[in-house]
Amino acid sequence: MKTLKTFVLGAGLAALSQLAQAADSGFTLETVDPEADRLALQQYYQKRFPGVPLEEYVNGIYAVDPASREQWDALMEFPPYEFDLEEGQVLFETPFANGKRYADCFDNGGIGIRQNYPYWNSEEGAVKTLEQEINQCREQNGEAPLKWKKGDIAKISAYMAWTSRDKPFDIKIPQDDPRALQAYLDGKKFFYAKRGQLNLSCANCHLDGSRILIRADLPGPTLGQPTHFPVVRSKWGEIGTLHRRYEGCHRDTRSVPLPPQSDEFRKLEYFQTYMSNGLVVNGPGARK
Amino acid sequence: MSIMRVKAKASGERTDVKMMAKHIMETGQRKDKAGNVIPALFLSEIEVKHSGKVVFTANLGPAVSKNPYFSFSFAGGASGDTLEVNWKENTGKSGSETAEIR
Repeated sequence: MKTLKTFVLGAGLAALSQLAQAADSGFTLETVDPEADRLALQQYYQKRFPGVPLEEYVNGIYAVDPASREQWDALMEFPPYEFDLEEGQVLFETPFANGKRYADCFDNGGIGIRQNYPYWNSEEGAVKTLEQEINQCREQNGEAPLKWKKGDIAKISAYMAWTSRDKPFDIKIPQDDPRALQAYLDGKKFFYAKRGQLNLSCANCHLDGSRILIRADLPGPTLGQPTHFPVVRSKWGEIGTLHRRYEGCHRDTRSVPLPPQSDEFRKLEYFQTYMSNGLVVNGPGARK
Repeated sequence: MSIMRVKAKASGERTDVKMMAKHIMETGQRKDKAGNVIPALFLSEIEVKHSGKVVFTANLGPAVSKNPYFSFSFAGGASGDTLEVNWKENTGKSGSETAEIR
């Protein structure tokens, strides 16, 4: 955390992107304004890619790059996640050894709730993600937790996302708990902080670098980025979770990858998802 | 255990078919962690029939990736008709499934 603060103090002042300056919102508890951040992000992209409707941003790079879109449309004729959805439904509906089910752990039986994640849990004083609560449900019912990056957890998450398709994300930052705002702020600082051998922040590639050729590919815009997870990534040849990608991206950009579901990643997800409020759940997704 | 997911739609004078096979398409070139070759297991032939007539055939090999996707059209076919999908693996194992045209 200390190192992070040093990053931010050093880099934040020097290299704030246009966006952060445009928002009347800063990087301290006193000055941060999440709604201003969110609206500034939308305005930034409307100016950057004129004519692209905001709701299209759930499709990532395919919303803003026509050539990629053509290839993706062909792939989506028969989405690669269909098998994972089938398996995910079976996994979700199969009772545990003690007879209970996932439906017993979640609101509304776990159906149509993806848009509420991640959320600030005041009792635990932490950001909770969907994958965390899937494993929590398992452990509470005497089952071993699943691994965080791929396989069953991604399939169950995929099914839960599928049942929530087209519901707008509505992440809340409870006003009565200042720790929630701090978590949002931590996520925001993480997003803008430079790290690793290449001295890159998430913003460098996914904000300023949206649709700019980097590492022989075009990064997707950060607006709407988390909405389609979990994702079948052609590179993986299988379905994987958001935190798998967070970890992988750190490795790709030559900074030490933090573990999936670590504190920092959950706060990053909190920040990114809040910024995508208003956009709909479109998971599971397919990407290159 | 069905391995074919078929989406077939009658559209005027023709029927458009998209299908994905759930199959590992193991090439036989990979080795496991212990160093043993993972035996080849891939679809070698696919045949689709409509009203007893063959409308699509495919000869596949180890070059085809996991969960192969096929897209083709044939003249004729109407909503409610049945398609017969036959497949064969390199091991000799075969299967036959049906799907309905929407």
